[in-house]
Amino acid sequence: MRTAATAFAALLFFTLLTGVLYAGAVAGIARFAFPKQANGSLVVRGGRVVGSELIAQNFKDPKHFWPRPSAAGFNPLPSGGSNYAPSSAALLGKINERKKLGMTREMLFASGSGLDPHISPRAAHDQVERIAAARGLNEMEKNAVRVLIAVRTEGRQYGLLGEERVNVLLLNLALDEELRRE
Amino acid sequence: MNEHDVLQILIPLGLLVVLTPLLGGYMAKALQGKNHLLSKPLRPLEALAYRLCLVDEKEEMTWKKYASSLLLFNLFGFLALFALQTLQARLPLNPQGLANISWDSAFNTAVSFVTNTDWQGYAGETAMSYLTQMLGLCVQNFLSAATGMAVFLALTRGFVSRGSATVGNFWVDLTRSTIYVLLPLSFVLALVLVWQGSVQNVAPYVSSTGVEGGAQSIPMGPAASQIAIKQLGTNGGGFFNANGAHPFENPTPLANLLELVAILLVPSALTWTYGVMLERRRQGLVVFAAMFTLLSAGLAASLWAQYGPNRSLGEPAVIEGIDTRIGTANCVAWSVFTTAASNGSVNCAHESLSPLSGGVALVNIMVGEVVFGGVGVGMAGMLVFILITVFLSGLMVGRTPEYLGKKIEAREVRMSMVTILAPSAVILIGSAAALMTPAGLAGISAKGPHGFTEVVYAFTSAAQNNGSAFEGLNANSPFYNVALGLVMLVGRFLTIIPILAVAGSLAGKKSVAARETGFRTDTFLFFALLIATILVVGVLTHFPSLALGPIVEHLLVGLGRTF
Repeated sequence: MRTAATAFAALLFFTLLTGVLYAGAVAGIARFAFPKQANGSLVVRGGRVVGSELIAQNFKDPKHFWPRPSAAGFNPLPSGGSNYAPSSAALLGKINERKKLGMTREMLFASGSGLDPHISPRAAHDQVERIAAARGLNEMEKNAVRVLIAVRTEGRQYGLLGEERVNVLLLNLALDEELRRE
Repeated sequence: MNEHDVLQILIPLGLLVVLTPLLGGYMAKALQGKNHLLSKPLRPLEALAYRLCLVDEKEEMTWKKYASSLLLFNLFGFLALFALQTLQARLPLNPQGLANISWDSAFNTAVSFVTNTDWQGYAGETAMSYLTQMLGLCVQNFLSAATGMAVFLALTRGFVSRGSATVGNFWVDLTRSTIYVLLPLSFVLALVLVWQGSVQNVAPYVSSTGVEGGAQSIPMGPAASQIAIKQLGTNGGGFFNANGAHPFENPTPLANLLELVAILLVPSALTWTYGVMLERRRQGLVVFAAMFTLLSAGLAASLWAQYGPNRSLGEPAVIEGIDTRIGTANCVAWSVFTTAASNGSVNCAHESLSPLSGGVALVNIMVGEVVFGGVGVGMAGMLVFILITVFLSGLMVGRTPEYLGKKIEAREVRMSMVTILAPSAVILIGSAAALMTPAGLAGISAKGPHGFTEVVYAFTSAAQNNGSAFEGLNANSPFYNVALGLVMLVGRFLTIIPILAVAGSLAGKKSVAARETGFRTDTFLFFALLIATILVVGVLTHFPSLALGPIVEHLLVGLGRTF
């Protein structure tokens, strides 16, 4: 009986400690120290939320850089990958369809989250010709786009960790701005 | 693989080696109630816990009392989590108005989180209210890990004890593990994760209209705090459906590195704690060496398989299911770490890994989660393998087996075999049942041998309390929810109870002075015997499944076949 009372009390105690106080303390500090990140790294333009830096959105206009294919259809509710097997005929079909659209490299494969906000710098450069054709850009403007990719490329963190990448949403916002100015 | 990819593998391994003695030494002090770094600030909290929960800190428990306390505490945890899920629509902190969870899914998830499996049949962002995540799932992330550490401490006391029949106090072990180890580590990691981009709030989801006009609902929630303990407590249950692949769970390469190291940190450090508690450091080092060797072998095999070409798809590199910021090297490293430890979080889709890389993940789980394994229970499982190795060696040389001066007799060996046979039996029975019933077959999504692997992986993951999945399997059905839930219970408690029984029976034995002729267990020879035992017992049991699944798929991919 005493064991049952202790078990019950301990569950309450630790629920309060690890379920309420712990999460609350992290949230409290985060709110002051890292308010932007804690609330989803939202991108606001003209007073309205156009998305999150960390959540891919669907760009299909040939005038924009495209993100990786999303098995979730760019709907974050819920996130997830295609879960195709390495021997899947359906995956082979998808890859061939994407090749026909001129996609290359990792753009042939759906991401694991379905919300991958990045592409590799090479995959971005591979898209410059399409964007130039859709927007009717001359050689100089094309070069400006290439420079934009280079400027927007995030290197390996601390020069060591992870992969080089470009954030597709931020790159497209910068692209639209750059070409409007000219 | 280039030199950069190699670096992605060596950095986490190096950090692990450096941090193991540091954290291991700290834990030895903190868990045995000695003075340590955090005694001053946190001892009052520990004392408060005992006062509120009517715990006599000095009480020493027999193994039966220890086990019944553990079981009762876990039962209450299960009931609370089940109730939270099935009532969440009427409870607060549910800004999205998410519905109550069905009884079968709630049963599966409650068992899953209480047993430290964290198998997920649901998608967090569309199923679980913030209240359920915080008060239910996050709490069990801590408590199931602390329960595992308690099992390790009880078993270690069995080896150390000089003839008293007690194994410690469950409530004290639970409290110290949580307050001194899991909570401080999680707090620091959670803050770093928010800094890097993980969300931490209880706000409603944010509606956005994208640049090209597409509408999105961006999920929010108290994610960072839960992700930290999910990694550190070998839990693995994601706040979001995509788990560690989700940009809010794993936003940057630094976050990825820290989460990766966190998977193995506590289980690895416990090998050092073990050596300190025994006052024989070399015994702990032998265990660490065996675990590290098996981990490295798995890594090498998996990297080789994933970086190879895929003839079925005609591609030199397949990156299906791998986010760009994570990349192939970090995906493979995580898949090996998370299955070596019974963590089960993923940062890429295991279903889409090359056949042999998925196979390595499966083998890691099959050997019984002893390559580091779950927090506490992995170490305890490894000690069981040591007892079996000592027993087999004893048979070979024809003398009574001994470990650390204690005679290993029929009772200990029998109990040890239960902990190995029970999970293996439910893997085979469960997989067979799923493959012979329409309800089981209905869940399979992949065609060909991969579909078979989906099922075997699910039951293996559940029985060994890992929780990762070939996620193509549609497992949120009454059949899989109930079957996998039962398998998780067997895998957890039919190992913990026999282990505590071994602890009790060893604790009651007098330690015989180590004789010169005794069989030494801190030598290279013993290390080799231990690895051989793990591979023979762990892998051979499941070789037929491996042959029919990953191995045959690998051969067929080599021939360019698709399904």
